[in-house]
Amino acid sequence: MMTFHKLAKLSALLSIFFVGPCLAADELSIAIDNFAFTPAEATVKAGAKVVFVNHDDIPHSVVGETIKMHSKALDTDDSFSFVFDKPGEFIYFCGLHPKMKGKITVTP
Amino acid sequence: MQAEGFPRRETTMSDKRKIHDDSGQGLNRRQTLECMAWAGAGLVWTLNGGVPSAKLIGAAEAATASFSFAQISDSHIGFNKPANPNPNVTLSEAIARIGGLPNKPAFMIHTGDITHLSKPKEFDDADQLIGAAKLDVHYVPGEHDVIDENNGEAYLARYGRLSQGKGWYSFDHGGAHFIGLVNVHDLKAGGMGNLGAEQLTWLAADVEGKSASTPIVVFAHLPLWTIAPEWGWGTQDSAQALKLLARFGSVTVLNGHIHQIAQKIEGNMTFHTARSTAFPQPAPGAAPAPGPQLVPAEQLRSYLGLSSVRIARGKGPLAIVDSTLAG
Repeated sequence: MMTFHKLAKLSALLSIFFVGPCLAADELSIAIDNFAFTPAEATVKAGAKVVFVNHDDIPHSVVGETIKMHSKALDTDDSFSFVFDKPGEFIYFCGLHPKMKGKITVTP
Repeated sequence: MQAEGFPRRETTMSDKRKIHDDSGQGLNRRQTLECMAWAGAGLVWTLNGGVPSAKLIGAAEAATASFSFAQISDSHIGFNKPANPNPNVTLSEAIARIGGLPNKPAFMIHTGDITHLSKPKEFDDADQLIGAAKLDVHYVPGEHDVIDENNGEAYLARYGRLSQGKGWYSFDHGGAHFIGLVNVHDLKAGGMGNLGAEQLTWLAADVEGKSASTPIVVFAHLPLWTIAPEWGWGTQDSAQALKLLARFGSVTVLNGHIHQIAQKIEGNMTFHTARSTAFPQPAPGAAPAPGPQLVPAEQLRSYLGLSSVRIARGKGPLAIVDSTLAG
């Protein structure tokens, strides 16, 4: 049987789930085309969500070099979202084709 | 190392025919290599003391060959885009070709990208299609085979029972020493393929004490020589591996990944990449980026194929025959 404590936890989780999207800050889309991230360099505000969309016929991934970020392999038209909370410069690359690199600059 | 033997774009088909009509006589090494790299299909080449000679199939069947093995690569089962909507069919055709080889290969190697997305059904389908050859198959993974949620555990569970680390291993056959290397893990930003310190340590121990006259055959997915650094077609730390093998009299390096034939000879080392059984990729510099190359459907099979390698006991010469699925 579910205790009151568990119920409270569940409802807290649910409220985060339902409220969460309303809190979304800026959103930026980065396309993966022809083995390249476009734009390769971008600046967003802290809290912004960045969406990576793979348009290639080959899977790619998004892996942070200077930030803990790791997408699964993205097949054609798959996307991966990541919220950049902290200000700084973050280098990322494709885990399958590491020549593909990009940089996100996060401003306060 | 640069791609010394990689075909230059300006060679025309008529040039190549002329070279072939000359039966390899009076050619410099570069011309011979170009001829082999471009014409691929139906060409045998042998190495004697580091000097390559190219002949048409049938003319160069080495009577001394003690065994042969077949190489297939980049079957990409699960790929379904226009460049080849059904790679199961073309893989089957390649397997049928192997079944029809005049001398039954002792075994087969698959140099990776068995699947497109590391999905269980893709591995299942590949196993079933490749199994039709009824040959032992020695695999190494491509980057497409290690993108399951657990970074290659699916591959290891299926093919890695007898391997070390992330799937590397060696075995002996007919007096030759075969080494399967894995260079698709822990890739670094901006870099190319990666063998890693653990594997290099293992390799050093693996070849230690072996006679320098032992023919060595190394196979791995990503090229172990730098073919196109801007496309990542190479392996960051391959020079360390090749250094460990430099003392051997005959070293043959077989790779996949680039879906086209490229060859180079350097000292006692012969480098060769195989065609894909699924779809071609552009030659370096011929397109803005690598990736599946769409060719007219009726031409697709002339871009796909397999390799057959013969080893002659005791003398070190080794012949690689590339054939396409077209004819």
